[in-house]
Amino acid sequence: MPDIFYVLLRRMRTPLIVLIVMYSVAVLGFTLIPGQDAEGQPWHMSFFHALYIVSYTASTIGFGEIPYAFTEAQRLWMMFVIHLTVVGWLYSIGSLLAVLQDPAFRRLRTEYVFQRSVKRLRTPFYLVCGYGDTGGILVKALADEGIKAVVVDRDENRLNELELNDCIRRPLGLLADAAKPAVLEMAGITNNYCIGVIALTDSDQTNVMVALSAHLLNPNLRVLARVESAEAGANIRSFGKNEVINPFETFAGRLAMAIHSPGMYTLFTWMTGVPHEPLREPLFPDRGLWVICGFGRFGKALHRHLEAAGIPMQVIDPDPVANQAPTGAIIGSGVEAITLQQAGVKQAVGVIAGTNDDVSNLSILMTARELRPDLFMVARQNQRDNSLVFDRADIDLLMKRGDVIAHKIFALLRTPLISDFLDAARERDDDWANQMVSRILGVVSEEVPYLWEIKINKVRTPALYKACLMGQVQLRDLLRDPRERVKSLPVIPLLLKRDGQVMVLPELDKPLEVSDRLLMCAAWPISDEMRWATQNENVLHYLLTGQETSGGDVWGRLLQNR
Amino acid sequence: MNSEKVVFGFFILLALTLNFGFFIGDIDNIAHHNVYELFAALVVSLIATVLKFGDRTHLGAIFLATSLVADLQLLMAALIWGYAAHVSAAGMDTEATVAVVSFSGGALLANIVSVVLLLAETMTVRR
Repeated sequence: MPDIFYVLLRRMRTPLIVLIVMYSVAVLGFTLIPGQDAEGQPWHMSFFHALYIVSYTASTIGFGEIPYAFTEAQRLWMMFVIHLTVVGWLYSIGSLLAVLQDPAFRRLRTEYVFQRSVKRLRTPFYLVCGYGDTGGILVKALADEGIKAVVVDRDENRLNELELNDCIRRPLGLLADAAKPAVLEMAGITNNYCIGVIALTDSDQTNVMVALSAHLLNPNLRVLARVESAEAGANIRSFGKNEVINPFETFAGRLAMAIHSPGMYTLFTWMTGVPHEPLREPLFPDRGLWVICGFGRFGKALHRHLEAAGIPMQVIDPDPVANQAPTGAIIGSGVEAITLQQAGVKQAVGVIAGTNDDVSNLSILMTARELRPDLFMVARQNQRDNSLVFDRADIDLLMKRGDVIAHKIFALLRTPLISDFLDAARERDDDWANQMVSRILGVVSEEVPYLWEIKINKVRTPALYKACLMGQVQLRDLLRDPRERVKSLPVIPLLLKRDGQVMVLPELDKPLEVSDRLLMCAAWPISDEMRWATQNENVLHYLLTGQETSGGDVWGRLLQNR
Repeated sequence: MNSEKVVFGFFILLALTLNFGFFIGDIDNIAHHNVYELFAALVVSLIATVLKFGDRTHLGAIFLATSLVADLQLLMAALIWGYAAHVSAAGMDTEATVAVVSFSGGALLANIVSVVLLLAETMTVRR
């Protein structure tokens, strides 16, 4: 029996005993007090009658004096019983309501309901610890993809938001501290359907603890953890097959990529986009001096990435010595025109407002715009709530930390082939990326490209599996339009993975083999058309041969006999 | 001394003794069985049951189970008595008397088990 019933029973002990005693005293009284029957003979009420009378008296129904009119002694007792029973019931019901309303009991009850619904889950789910900006975007994206999430967070307001959002597969939420292993167990970390744990709380300590618990409680789980310090990152990487995401590194890496190879940046943003996100225009920042305002953890990471790409920089920081800024850094915050001028904003091509304060970032950009309206503006947005003003500020490149991390995690979760593709892309140059971007622009419209994986196996692509076993299937055949095979679908086959070998942009006449994995890129509705062909033998037959067949066995035999 | 143990022990023993008092006598002679004693046994047994609510130990669960068995049997006995005396045309005949007394005998056995458990628990306490 779960805790909740024990607590309820324990708390209801006294009221229940009061009820029993009250009833027994009332019943006993009626059996002992002598009455008179219709002939005036002395008469004793039996337990049966006494219980009957007490029952209707206690429930305040009130039937009158039966079977014979009461004597005065009986009426005296009746009066006593009426008051006794009413008080007894009021007390018992009051105690029951008090127990049900008790905050501790209610918490226990919500935990019980949560635990039960986690146990009842029969679909694979991710356990997300920490429902901040990043968690919010991630859970929403997972829900849109049809993947369930179980959320643990300490902040009641955040969880209320979770309750209120209208996802089709509503995530489950628990108000608790994810650093406690018992909480993780309650949230289903040992459940067979749990496919991964994502630790996104704002404390490194908690994230390490979550990764550790996951490793010890269910070693097969995939763990993705967000950490802000290098030590915690190394700590988590040291056990299991965990993935670590450092928001500052990721964020700075992306920003540096946007500056030194914008084509690659556009490609990466589109590939890791959350489905149905609007497509953002490619960027074209100039090469030249960049001004970085703020040299905290983010500024440092950014400096390192830009330095590696050989881009000249000028740093502005209120305390360059304490923050170990490079020599020649300007003292100031960048919100005053004078510091920006000192930093050489006149010769610069762009300015990056990268402090951890949104107000400063906005005001740096406004000041810079006064000085040089044609400057390329990059801003770091820390708080999601400030989106309204940041969107209005007309900034060339807006970096929302939550978005960047959520998109990276989402790409890692959805299909591992995306990471393979991005790794391979990183080795190419920006021109290649630009070509990819224009090819992708050819197949999609307003939304980011939809990426999906085709795995040639018996379960997920039965038709294609059979065809590959029986004869040669070229990649080209798969790209034909199932409605008219001479046309081809607007799809780009991005990657073919065979026995651990990765082929980027495979040739169209490549023969497919069983257990190949393909990464496709197209607009979202096209993916369904292609899945249709991989699963339906008749459609695939038409694509391969141009002949239309009807699927039934009987019809097939009739045709053979003829 | 634990007052909760005193109260519980009191009710368990009282339930047993009252039950025994009611049960003893000729099985088919209603004059040997006092209706007030049955009533008292039932009430005390109910209270003993409620006292065991929320006890999470293994022994506590067994106590609750035996108490519930005793309650059920006494309740059956009381129901049969009430039905025979007031509803049935035959009245309180030998058959009904035997049924009432044998049900109370069943409850007596359950109560004995309760007391044996109580003794076992007391013996194992090392404080």
